[in-house]
Amino acid sequence: MILARIVGTVVATRKDPRLVSNKLLIARPMDPHGKAEGSYLVAVDTVDAGVGETVLIVSGSSARMASGMKDCPIDAAIVGIVDTVDVTAGD
Amino acid sequence: MQLAKVIGDVVVTRKDENLTGVKLLVLQPIAADGSKTGRTLVAVDAAGAGVGETVFFVRGKEASFPFYPIEVPADAGIVGIVDHWDLG
Repeated sequence: MILARIVGTVVATRKDPRLVSNKLLIARPMDPHGKAEGSYLVAVDTVDAGVGETVLIVSGSSARMASGMKDCPIDAAIVGIVDTVDVTAGD
Repeated sequence: MQLAKVIGDVVVTRKDENLTGVKLLVLQPIAADGSKTGRTLVAVDAAGAGVGETVFFVRGKEASFPFYPIEVPADAGIVGIVDHWDLG
């Protein structure tokens, strides 16, 4: 999984029927220290996350194991809202 | 599988119900010489690992298999703690 900060929302009217009523958010991956890295991605929100929050994103086929996402055409799902990240060993 | 060093942990209160009780650790993948390689990631722990230890982990859906039949939504999972390794 990766850590990411939510930076925006996506509105899509015409989409796969299995995506109907799912919230789509734009996320910017980041390292454990909060520094942005990599490119933006669109992820399905399963935990009521919002813009500005740090979240945990599961990618690939595992995203379909998120709650309510069985057989949905997705490859990134937000599965947790991060409270804290502690990096105590050498990075 | 890939070698990594556990460098930290993540606290997540609001999460997918199938992640309840699962430990989440921050990994830094390492090369065979112990040097850092690639981006850090968050993995579920199926081996009882802790911060500072060297571990090996799987990527992809297989990360959830140790928790079967619970479908833990994870794409990276620690499956072993490395005691030592040798290069021939």
